[in-house]
This record gives sequence, structure tokens and C-alpha cells, in this order.
Amino acid sequence: MNLRAIKAIYRFEMARFFRTLLQSFISPVISTSLYFVVFGAAIGSRIDQVEGISYGAFIVPGLIMLSVMTQATSNASLGIYFPKFIGTIYELLSAPVTFLEITVGYVGAAATKALFIGVVILATSMLFVDLPIAHPLAMLAFLVLTCLSFALLGFIIGIWAGNFEQLQIIPLLVITPLVFLGGSFYSISMLPPVWQAITLFNPVVYLISGFRWAFFGQADVPVAISLGAIGLFTLACLAVIWWIFRTGWRIRQ
Amino acid sequence: MPSSKPPIVSVQNLTKSFAGGFTALNDVSLDIEEGEILALLGPNGAGKTTLISTICGITLPSSGRITVGGHDTIDDFRAARDLIGLVPQEINLEPFEKVINTVRFSRGLFGKPADDAFLDTLLRQLSLLDKRDSAIRTLSGGMKRRVLIAKALSHEPRVLFLDEPTAGVDVELRKDMWNVVADLKRQGVTIILTTHYIEEAEAIADRIAVINKGQILLVEEKDRLMSRMGRKALRIELAEPVAEVPTALAEYGLAVENDGATLVYHYDTQAESTGITRLLSALREAGLHLRDLQTSQSSLEEIFVGLVSDKSGAAA
Repeated sequence: MNLRAIKAIYRFEMARFFRTLLQSFISPVISTSLYFVVFGAAIGSRIDQVEGISYGAFIVPGLIMLSVMTQATSNASLGIYFPKFIGTIYELLSAPVTFLEITVGYVGAAATKALFIGVVILATSMLFVDLPIAHPLAMLAFLVLTCLSFALLGFIIGIWAGNFEQLQIIPLLVITPLVFLGGSFYSISMLPPVWQAITLFNPVVYLISGFRWAFFGQADVPVAISLGAIGLFTLACLAVIWWIFRTGWRIRQ
Repeated sequence: MPSSKPPIVSVQNLTKSFAGGFTALNDVSLDIEEGEILALLGPNGAGKTTLISTICGITLPSSGRITVGGHDTIDDFRAARDLIGLVPQEINLEPFEKVINTVRFSRGLFGKPADDAFLDTLLRQLSLLDKRDSAIRTLSGGMKRRVLIAKALSHEPRVLFLDEPTAGVDVELRKDMWNVVADLKRQGVTIILTTHYIEEAEAIADRIAVINKGQILLVEEKDRLMSRMGRKALRIELAEPVAEVPTALAEYGLAVENDGATLVYHYDTQAESTGITRLLSALREAGLHLRDLQTSQSSLEEIFVGLVSDKSGAAA
């Protein structure tokens, strides 16, 4: 294993993040504050409690997941797409590195950035609401696994994308709607039975439910199923990446 | 350059066909000796960049085998690529990154421990030290090309591929760059370069390989190639200009220049007889008085153009 290469890729990617640290830090703080103003104060004041939890606190896990998923995906996809776009990919392809090492470097950096943003949103939320964390280790595990799995998805998108439009289409048209419809701002038990059944086909429901359980000790679906879902999603992404390694698809002619 | 040592790069029966069916390399075999400078010449689209890309691992071969330092570039790719540095034709650099960071990145990518002292020496050698902490987007085109060279050399390769290193670079920088190449050769680095400036290849290369339409036409020591294929010209300045070549001199195929003041005779140095002695006698018998004589050798460029057009004609 060429650990120095992994470190080089990781540091290079993180340097890009640190160059825009202020922007990376302020952006999630402002958007979280806006969500609390709109959903917490304006709308939330008319909703008393959801499943015994104040509405302001209830939406925090969904808010974190929304940002973490989109950030992990877009960071990882841009991370590998940018060298393709500007041509510096030649260096990765001619270096003594395996595709696994390249993936670990890019996905690791993208997951770290997303994790940082998740923690910033969590800290900002704590300024607005009382937030119990019933299972801190499980919360951390869900957060890290989500960062990693969506960074893997982003990496695949970055390899697949042929232009910037394609790069943004999946996060914009798939991930954001799935997160919004996945119970970020409501409990799925609030939906009519038919929609409850339909919602269970949305994989993000399991992630948000599990994450919310880590905070409040209650979930829409059993925690084991949530863990299984995120594990399955991670394995599916790894399988696709393994296939890309084998074939050089969209990378090596 | 005959050598008892095994070649540092060995390409055997390499063929590369792309998905659309285009065959960029067709059964190419080439051995590159350690420590030499090999100039790979060919017209646009001849397959030079594909050959370099395939040796370096950017492109996968369709068939054939490549070894670098005895290591197969597929089965033992880590050991093979460890030895290689590549300066690509296009200026591919991350615009917002600092020079030193991008060079550090390259060194790390090749698994080498951090060594800023070495990298600073390298930057100094390439006249880049004062740009060490500059963002790449602020550099001129020539400077960016130097950064590419610094990146390629950052892991101390034994084989350096330079794909059109002087394209778009001004004369002064080009000179500097060839000085760097000469230094590297002295350090024992094997250099394979492609260039459109054939006079530069003529000045610096030990051996010449000519590639056209995906096939190697020849690989030969430069000096031997020049003497084997080079034709010489004898320029005869006359005391009195002539209106036309006298019929007695028709067999020599003389060309008339300078309004009849100069006659030009082309001859082959490798031929059994150059015909010069007979020509001079014939000139005297024709009553022509000579003022001066000059000889000149045809350039590598002329040989190259002749080679490529001959083979194209033969293939057509």
C-alpha cells in the first residue's frame, strides 16, 4: 500500500478546503440558522411537539444529514472530476498507485470535509435548541458512515460525469429530493398510510431515522434496519468502484 | 549506441487500438538504452504521444509487452512507474495551487518521503525558486512548463519522458531547458523526447527514432543516420555567371543559383565515388573559372521530411 500517495492526495484535497475555510465554515452556519428561523421560529412555533420532541430539536438530525449527504457527494465528485477536467489526471494514472489508494485519498478527504460541516451544523443547532444525544457513539458512527458512503457515491459520479452539468444533476435531482422526502422535517408516522408505505422505498428514510434514534432514542424504522441499509449502500458503492478499478471505465483508455 | 546492458525501456510488439477502431500503434518494438537521449520524431498524429502514454501507464496496450528497468508495466506496474517521470505535452496544472505544493504532491504520489531541501534544489535548477510560493495561475506559459518538469523530476526518476517540452516556449527558456536536459543526462537519467524543433533534436539526441502512422520507421544513432542518409551539396561560385549549364556538364544534374553565379552539385558521401574530381575537370574543360567552393550537409530535418514522405508515398 502506497500510504504516502494516499496522504499526498488527502492533503492536497484538504488544502483546497482550507483555502476556502471561512466560506466552508460560514455557509453551513448561515443556512442552519435560516432553517431554524423558518422551520423553528416561524413554522415550528405552530407545531408543538413531534413524538414528544420539540420541533426545533426534531429537525436537527435531518438538517445535518441534508448537508452531510450533499457536501460529501459534491466534494468527492468534484475532487476526482476536477483533475479529469483540467487534465492533471495524467499524474494519477502514471504514478505507482492503485485505484484503491486513489479512492481512499479522495473519498477520505471528501468525507472529512462533510464531517466537519456536520459537526459545525450540530454545534450551531445547539445554540438554538436543547439537544439531547442519547447514543453519542451511535450518532458518530451514523455520521461517519453517511459521510463515507455518500463520498463514495460522489466519487462514482465524478468518474461518470462528462461535464459540470452531469456533476450536479444527481445531488440536485436525486439526493436533495430524497432527503426532503425522507423525513428530515417530519416523522413519517405523520403521513397517510399509503405515503408511509411509499416512503419506505426511499433509502434516505433509514439513514435519517437511525440518526434521529441516536439523538432521541426513537426511530421511524428499527435501528438494525437503518444500519443494514447504510451498510448495504456502502457495499453497493464499493462494488461499483471495484468494477471501475477492474475496467478503467471513463478513466483509462 | 550498442550496449551490453539490458535496455532501460523495452517495448515489444506493442499495438494500441482505440474503441472506435483507430489503430494508433501497430506492432511497435523499441529498446531504449540507459543514459541515452532518444528523440522520437514523427508528424502530428504519428503515435508519439500514444506510445509515451502507454509506456507510462496512462493508456492500456491492446497487445504487446513493455518493461521499464526490467519490470513489466502491467504486472509489476509500481516498480516500473517508480522509475518514470513524465512531462506531458499539454500544460495540465491546478491553477490555484502553489508551485511548491504541487511539486510536493507529485513527490508524495510516487511514495517518496517529504524532502523540501531536494525540492528547493530542483526549483533552483529550473529557475523556479523565486516562484516557490506563487499560485500557478500567476506564472507565464514557460514557467508553467518548468513546473511540469519539476513535478516530473520530484521523485528522482531514472527515465524522463518529455513530450514536446519546448512547444510555445521562447528561445531563451528553450535554451535553459536543453541545459537542464544536458545536466540530467550527465546525472545518468535516460531521456526520451518528442519535439517539432528537429534542429534541437539534432543538437542534443544520441539516437533518433522516427515514427509515422503508428509504426517505427527507423531507430538509429544520430551521427550514423546523418552520414548514412545525409546528402551533401557542393556550391561552386563562378568568376563569370553563366546563362545556363553547359551541355557538357548535363550528366551532373547541376542546379543554377544566384543568377548563374553559383552552380550546386548534390552528392552522396556513402557512394563509391562522389564524382567531385570528375566534375572539377569537366568545369575546367568547359572553360569555366572558379572563384570559391563550399560544401554543406543536409540537416536532420531534411532527412526526416524525406523519410516520412518516402514512406507515405510507398504506403499510398
